[in-house]
Amino acid sequence: MMNDNIKKKMCLNKILHNDNTVGYVFAAPFIIGFLGFTIIPILVSLYYSFTNYNLTTSETWIGLQNYARLFQDTRFLKSVRVTLIYVLTSVPLKLIFALFIAYLLTKKSRGVTFYRSLYYVPSLIGGSIAVALVWKELFSTRGLINSLFISAGLEKVSWFGDQKMAMIPLVLMSVWQFGSSMIIFAAGLKEISPTYYEAAKIDGANKRQIFSHITLPCLSPIILYNLVMQTISAFMSFTQAFVITRGGPNDATNFYALYVYNQAFKYYDMGYASAMSWVMLIIMSLITFLIFKSSKRWVFSEAGE
Amino acid sequence: MEGKAVGINFKNRASKIIYHCFIIVFGFIMVYPVLWMITGSLKNNAEILNSSLSIIPPNWRWSNFVTGWKGFGGIGFATYFKNSFLVSGLATFATVISSACVAYALARIKFRGRKIWFTAMLCTMMLPAQIILIPQYIIYNRLGFVGSIIPLVLPHFFGQAFFIFQMMQFTSGIPRELDEAATIDGCSKYSIFTRIILPLLKPSIVTTIIIQFYWKWDDFMGPLIYLNKPQTYTVSIAIKLFADASSTTDFGAMFAMSTLSLIPVFLIFLFFNKYLVEGISTSGLKG
Repeated sequence: MMNDNIKKKMCLNKILHNDNTVGYVFAAPFIIGFLGFTIIPILVSLYYSFTNYNLTTSETWIGLQNYARLFQDTRFLKSVRVTLIYVLTSVPLKLIFALFIAYLLTKKSRGVTFYRSLYYVPSLIGGSIAVALVWKELFSTRGLINSLFISAGLEKVSWFGDQKMAMIPLVLMSVWQFGSSMIIFAAGLKEISPTYYEAAKIDGANKRQIFSHITLPCLSPIILYNLVMQTISAFMSFTQAFVITRGGPNDATNFYALYVYNQAFKYYDMGYASAMSWVMLIIMSLITFLIFKSSKRWVFSEAGE
Repeated sequence: MEGKAVGINFKNRASKIIYHCFIIVFGFIMVYPVLWMITGSLKNNAEILNSSLSIIPPNWRWSNFVTGWKGFGGIGFATYFKNSFLVSGLATFATVISSACVAYALARIKFRGRKIWFTAMLCTMMLPAQIILIPQYIIYNRLGFVGSIIPLVLPHFFGQAFFIFQMMQFTSGIPRELDEAATIDGCSKYSIFTRIILPLLKPSIVTTIIIQFYWKWDDFMGPLIYLNKPQTYTVSIAIKLFADASSTTDFGAMFAMSTLSLIPVFLIFLFFNKYLVEGISTSGLKG
């Protein structure tokens, strides 16, 4: 009897301290979360994308109708175009700007840490609703930017009334928040071995040659990381458009995420919004895949890594 | 010879001065909108709209803070701040605990299926959160959680890929000899986590706390979708109410409350600047 109990206890102990048990005990939160908060929702949304669910009445299966509707929806097509324009302008500008400032701040000189913090401030608070509201005021008809234009002898611009202009404040706001890309670039610049620079100097390379033949190739993996991350987040831009332009004028800034939000939470057209989310997932995966695929041509990896 | 040296010195100094001037002036332009907002909290509507370039308030009108603090419909900003602290605090706490556990499993324990779960974790890191927003909403709606803070907090109890990854990077820097020594001393895998890994993980935990807290603090879309009662609104939703008001927007009060809402973020930044910069750069470098 006694012996049996001890045996049982030892057996239990063995199971309890087995690597598989320990691993699954500690990984359990992620596994549950992954299934419950990622896989199941994705499958649920796939199901609803084939229905006309509207939160109140029960759904009916309508097949591919939602997807067919997407290609006839001119507002949807416009939102895709507008989002692409936003991504293709804001991401490169932001990265170039971040790299430029990071490069300026690699100089060993007093105050660099302070400067880096200074330049990080816009990003630190950039996601905040407060900043979006300030941005709206800065670009309003009587706002700061227009006062600057007038004192420079230029015409006032109706930023949010003009279809061609409305995108500019949003792009500028995104570029303005270059801080985290800058910090990542700065860390990458620090990692480049000084021996490369010394060798290049001995060979008589000038500053521009050093930058394009040493700094850029060494930094290319980090450029790739920033490019992927910024592209994904630019595709998902919501708050700025929601607060500053409300998608207008005439849908000129009706970003994809904003349009999905409106379909889902303004018109309660959950089925249609689910279909849109799926199309977004496919577009995003395709773009990420293309970036990675192209990276083989331009990302330089050091031998031995 | 000497003259030339002085010349180079002079040239060096001049270029240094130009460099610093450029960085400072440009940096000032960068933070100008923020300064404009902060000082705008001391102006009234007319001053904000008419003398829009200047950042120095003509009269220091502290009254904006009093009117702003009153909030909307009898619910003051004290409530909104309390809600924001509750949501951000709970979510941050949950993220730290759960992510540390998962990071330990994935970085240190050789269990079956580890590679698959690691890949799954990397995939969720790349998956934009907004894609699962709608199905999540439908599920929470079915469960009757919409309107409470549960949808804003619950997912964080299951680890967050970005932080798991960062903690894994950090854990791999902790020497394995420590684990082995502890095993010889009779430590189980469970107590290795609580007695060795967790205490040594502190810098990474601090980074997680900072970044997660300010992400949740700034979060707008989550509260916008899930919170529908004014008593449960967070600060970010409440500030938006100033702009939604049917009458003219009280810019002074809006800027005053906006300024207050940025204080926690600024304080964290001031005190933990080093951790924040390290966190952003390490998670980025190895991605």
